[in-house]
Amino acid sequence: MFEFVKTIFKKDVNPAEVVKKSREDRFLARELINGLVSDFIEFHGDRLSADDTSVIGGIGRLKGRPVTIIAIDKGVDIHDKLSKRNGSPQPWGYRKAQRLMKQAAKFNRPIITLINTPGAFPGMEAEAQGQGEAIAQSILESMKLTVPMIAIIYGEGGSGGALALATADQVWMFENATYSILSPEGFASILWKDAKRSEEAAAIMGITPADLLEKHVIDQIIPEGRHHAKIFEGMQEKLVEEFDAMQALPKRELIESRRARYRAF
Amino acid sequence: MDLFSSDNKVDNNKFKVTDEVRDRIPDGLFLACPYCGTQIYNKQLGDYRVCPNCNYGFRLQARERVALFATDFVEMNADLTIDQTDFPGYQGKLDRAKKQTDMNESVLTGTGKIDGQEVALGIMDSYFMMGSLGSQTGEKITRLFEHATAHRLPVVLFTASGGARMQEGINSLMQMAKISGAVAAHQEAGLLYLVVLTDPTTGGVTASFAMQGDVTLAEPHALVGFAGARVIESTIHEKLPKDFQRVETLLENGFVDKIVPRQELAGIIGQIVAMHQQEVADV
Repeated sequence: MFEFVKTIFKKDVNPAEVVKKSREDRFLARELINGLVSDFIEFHGDRLSADDTSVIGGIGRLKGRPVTIIAIDKGVDIHDKLSKRNGSPQPWGYRKAQRLMKQAAKFNRPIITLINTPGAFPGMEAEAQGQGEAIAQSILESMKLTVPMIAIIYGEGGSGGALALATADQVWMFENATYSILSPEGFASILWKDAKRSEEAAAIMGITPADLLEKHVIDQIIPEGRHHAKIFEGMQEKLVEEFDAMQALPKRELIESRRARYRAF
Repeated sequence: MDLFSSDNKVDNNKFKVTDEVRDRIPDGLFLACPYCGTQIYNKQLGDYRVCPNCNYGFRLQARERVALFATDFVEMNADLTIDQTDFPGYQGKLDRAKKQTDMNESVLTGTGKIDGQEVALGIMDSYFMMGSLGSQTGEKITRLFEHATAHRLPVVLFTASGGARMQEGINSLMQMAKISGAVAAHQEAGLLYLVVLTDPTTGGVTASFAMQGDVTLAEPHALVGFAGARVIESTIHEKLPKDFQRVETLLENGFVDKIVPRQELAGIIGQIVAMHQQEVADV
């Protein structure tokens, strides 16, 4: 029987271990998409400049109901990973996501986002094309959506690059996922000028699902196991239940409660 | 005397600054412009603290900026305190920053008039922990927008930030979403949000409210970007061009409306605000 993780005792969690696991390919973006929705059809491009393949988006059926699903993909083999910069989206990836979110709102479809990124790509082209603006507008757009959105972090939740797709009504995390302001290595090198102290950084940063649930940054922890089909089935049921409840709300109330969720920090 | 001899260059004979001479010049009398490198006699910077050669605006403290740009300023949330200080060494840093800047956080907020126009005004201070985005910073900016929405005021926000406040971890990240929620409500009320990008504006601030304005102005040569130059260089393994993250490049790329020298800013802000005074009719 599938059940969401109710409590994890923090003493039982080794943050450095979670960081390590979060970077392994435990789940792949396409596996998750196909595990959660049927009849997935991928839509490409941001209609402004390009198509970023590190962001997969499209429509499918969640237990029969149409939903929009958007995932950050780290890639499968080495070439794929290189071309997707290990899941670091370009500005046009975030703009594709914005386009699909607005489309979802128009057709009253709930939105599922699947997040696994070390962060938005810090490249020259990315800067020139407004990486900051792309993330800023994704967050702002998410705050205005008239449809429910559930964000699921399934690997790394790296900073603003993750938040761009995780400004949602609910945020769920897999048991071995992380969500943080920056990587433990970056944290250690900024604060202590020593990237090698990353394990120590991981321990004090509070980046594990247990820490984040306690702070109400996230709402659910998804247990991991070898039987992925069972996990996906449990997630589907919960997604339907939560979307149904949120879609019963007047749209204004939905938006207000999403804003209130973040107003509390 | 041979007029063209190599010994007869002006800089060789007359103005060579020896260590001995340098020692006799008081500290701070001459400043190098961080952008063009010109040596400037301190008083030449004037009240606006602008490089006479390139118009770069030297970094100002928030209180200096209020004095330059606003009248009738009434500060809000000057004593707001949110306890976020479990991180080792953080409280000490905060206390020092407070003492240095005479502020309770990295942003100064309130209401006042710019060029006669009433606005809700926010000014970030890069001298306060590099203008980083802490929970109090986020709370003050959110309340500024909420106040502006309730009182139907435009928001003018001067950004200056190194990005997230590392010591606050995920709470710093959540501020980006929190402020964006308040910006969205202000936008829905049909009110003007004017951003002035000042040197430097980077990281999480660029990736949220600095890039959500209806109108985006910038001071000349201000550094504005998302990722740090060093991070980008280590990703692409080459040196970045000189003006890569300067607002002149952002203007060219379409992310800034207008670059305005500091001496002219108040006038331009006043004009823009005045042109947005008409109530937006409900559709």
